[in-house]
This record gives sequence, C-alpha cells and structure tokens, in this order.
Amino acid sequence: MSVLELKDVSISHVQGLEKNTVVHDVNVSVKAGECFGLVGPSGCGKSTLLWVLAGLNPHWSGGIQLLDQPLKPGKVFSGELRRRVQMVFQDPYASLHPKHRLRRALSEPLKLLGYQDIDDRLSEGFKLVGLTENMIDRYPHQLSGGQRQRVAIIRALLLEPKLLLLDEPTSALDMSVQAEILNLLNELKAKRDLTMIMVSHDPEVVDYMCDHAVTMKAGRIDKETFYD
Amino acid sequence: MIDSSLQSKDPLEKSTKRIASGFRLPYWLNTFNVGLVMVVILLGLALLAPLLSPFDPNLQNIQDRLLAPDAQHWFGTDRFGRDLFSRVLYGARPTLILVSLVVILTVPIGLIVGICAGYFGGWTERVLMRMTDIVMSLPSLVIALALVSILGPGLMNGALALAFTSWPSFARQARTETLSIRRSDYLSAAKMQGITGWRLIIGHILPLVLPSAIVRAALNLGGIILAAAGLGFLGMGIQPPTAEWGSMVSSGSRVIFDQWWVAAVPGFAILFASLAFNLLGDGLRDKMDPRHDK
Repeated sequence: MSVLELKDVSISHVQGLEKNTVVHDVNVSVKAGECFGLVGPSGCGKSTLLWVLAGLNPHWSGGIQLLDQPLKPGKVFSGELRRRVQMVFQDPYASLHPKHRLRRALSEPLKLLGYQDIDDRLSEGFKLVGLTENMIDRYPHQLSGGQRQRVAIIRALLLEPKLLLLDEPTSALDMSVQAEILNLLNELKAKRDLTMIMVSHDPEVVDYMCDHAVTMKAGRIDKETFYD
Repeated sequence: MIDSSLQSKDPLEKSTKRIASGFRLPYWLNTFNVGLVMVVILLGLALLAPLLSPFDPNLQNIQDRLLAPDAQHWFGTDRFGRDLFSRVLYGARPTLILVSLVVILTVPIGLIVGICAGYFGGWTERVLMRMTDIVMSLPSLVIALALVSILGPGLMNGALALAFTSWPSFARQARTETLSIRRSDYLSAAKMQGITGWRLIIGHILPLVLPSAIVRAALNLGGIILAAAGLGFLGMGIQPPTAEWGSMVSSGSRVIFDQWWVAAVPGFAILFASLAFNLLGDGLRDKMDPRHDK
C-alpha cells in the first residue's frame, strides 16, 4: 500500500505574474511505514517538493495521490488530510512562535480539534520525546536547539499524523544532538507506525535513517536507491 | 592568559569612554524614565484637578482680571478673572481624553488595514495600501479643520477628525512587519496545524506586530497633542467656557504684549505634555530595540 504516489509532478514558484518551474516530472512512490529520503545538493528542488507535500505550496501540476486521496493543484489541505500530514522544520530557532509559551503552541491545534484530555496528551508527548514536563510554561527562547526540535516533534506528533515530513531536521544542530534526534525519530517511527519523508543533503543521515531514497539534481530525479 | 589580557584591556576602554562622554549620567536618568515621570505627573494632575486647583476654573471675577502671577493666583488670571492655575490643571483633562480617543481609534484601524494588506497580499494589498497612501498625502490639520467644520466642533468630533489622518502610519508599519513574518516557519507550522484565518491573524501575527505599534502610538501622541491644541486655538476644539489649552492660548494671544502669562501658561502646558509623550515614545523605542545595550 502506498502512502504517496507522484505522477509527472512539476512545481513552480509564483512571484507576482512570473512563474518559475523548479521541479520537473517527478515520479515517486512511497510505501506505508517507510522512511523515504530526498537527497541532493542545495537548490535541487527537494525542499520545494516537500513543501508541496506539506500543502504549503499549491502551485504544482501532475498527479498526486496522498494518503489514498487525490490532490488538486491550487487547493489548500483541509480537514482530515491537513491533520494527518505534519512537518518538522529545518531551523528549530524559527519554527516555534517566539511569543507563545509551549503550552499554548502545543494545545491550540488540539483545542481546535475538540479534544478534552489535552493536558494528558501534552504530558504523554513530553515523555515520548524525553523532555521534562516542567518546561511546558516556558517560551521557546528559554530552550536549547535540541529541546526546541523535540518540542517541534511533539507538536507534529500530537495531531497523530500518518505522514511525517522532515525538512533537514538535524542540520541546524550539533553532532551529539543530531544523533539523539535521529534515534528519537527512528524510535517513534517504529512505535507510531509512521511514514516519514526526509529531506537531507547529508548522505550519512539518509543512509542511517532511510529505507528508500531518491537523489535529485536540477529539479529532476537523478537516481533511486533502496537500502536494506 | 586570556584572563589577564582581558583585564589589561578593560581599564583602558573605560578611560577612553569616560573621556569621550565627558561625564556620566546616573543610570536611572534616561529618556524613558524622564518621559514616564512626566506622563505620570500629567495624568496625576489631570485626575486630581478638583483637589489641587485652588479656584473653580470657570468662576469669573471681573475685578481680578488679568492679574500677574502672585501668591493667591500662582499663574495669574485671564481676561475674565479666572484663575489660570486651575484652568491649566482642568485643561489637561480634555487634552488627555482626546488623545486617548485618537489612539483607541487609530491603532486598531491601522493594525487591521496593515496586517490584512501584508497577510493577504495581491489585490487586497494594492487597494488597502493605495488608500493608505491617499490618506497619508492629505495635510492632517487642514483635513481635521474641514471635518470639524462639517461635523461641528467638540471633543468627539475633534478626535474623529484627527484620527482620520493619523492611522496610515500604523498601517504602513504593520504591513511591513507582517510581510517580514508572513513566510516564517512558525506561521507555516501553525497553518499546517489547521490554524487559519482570523485565529492566525489575531493569535499569531498580532502579538508580533503590536509592540512596535505601541511605540509608534507613544511617539505620535506628542504630535496629536499639538494638533489638538491647534484645533482648540482655531476655535474648532472643545468649546468655551470649558478650559482647554489651545483655546486658552488663543484668548491669551490678544493681550500677549501686556499680559504675556495668559498665553504662556497654557503654552508651557502644551509643551510639557507633548515633550512628555515624545520622551516616553523615544525611550520605549530604545527599550524595544534589540541592539539596546542595557
């Protein structure tokens, strides 16, 4: 069963009236429970592809089947699909709202979904990623980079996603913290039955994490690799 | 080794600083604190006017008209024999009410227009920002005069007229700030979590745009006080016999060569109020600036 099916997908960046196509004719299939890697030099279009899958860039053409649902170009995600696809961003210093305490940042989407047991879910989430619960009333600037990235992971997982997008989740962190976060993600993938799509320019990280990867070059798929 | 080199450098730096600045001000004497104290004094005087003023501000006493300042009438009397000290104290009230009305009207309007323009972009932005440009290009006191002469003079109409021309600077600033955070990761993350529309604008964008709008409001207040006094001076503000600084200067200007204090006293009050808010705004801006070193 495949979670994601891309057929001849091209993606553009729209600026004013100009359209700049940066990803051309990508065909990819990602199976459930897989960790899929997108590798390539900077500017090859891997992050652009990820942002389309995140529903943050609607300017694409071709066919996308995401979580058994065909997507339409130009439309934003809503409802169930919006919730089941979550992302962990590259820079943990920029992905948390600077004026919101962790409690607010994490509980607001759950409130919108109408959950009652928000506090229990939050404390469960903190345990899951190895943070202590007393941090919950802190602001992001009172946390270290690794801690913030863990918070970003909780935030994504609280919505119980089926597909977790990782945009170079460790590139802004130092080596020892990198290893911790990668191990955490591996653990979570096993526990939570997650499918992950990971963008990285580091072949070692992809080697360590992924079952299946494509290398992109100048907006096209250059080669496809399966790891054991 | 590193320690000793640091220590040897330190005194040198201190001494050059001291020479450059001549003398050092005590740390508490900064723009913000001076402005704050002045504003607090102003608010206190306005609130406690009935307790502090020795005379009824509207009590006319023709025998005592145009008296010079003395022990009984600290600031002298005007041409109806009213005590100027009491009138100046009471005059702080309409000024402050008008100024706060203007702020209450302009800040929300400016923020809504600016955030919508920055967030939605496209045609919304073009229409809203061109409207802002048009209003910004209008001469504010002239338009305020025109509006007051249509609506009729008075406190509320004066505030409306001044508000009409002072919201665009807030809109511009809010738009610029919204543009700079529109593509930020944390807003993208919020959208991915299903937070959209007004919830995103009010809960996530507004908290980041509001602090600088408050600083700008404090800076603008000085100008608004001057404009309010200008309206009063031209007879378009609060109507006599209510004490108002602008109209007091206007009535004093008739006798300015012989009894200068009648115009000078409310004039100094205007100067004091305007300076207080300017200093406060300046100090707030310094405090909010991340490069501020204290």
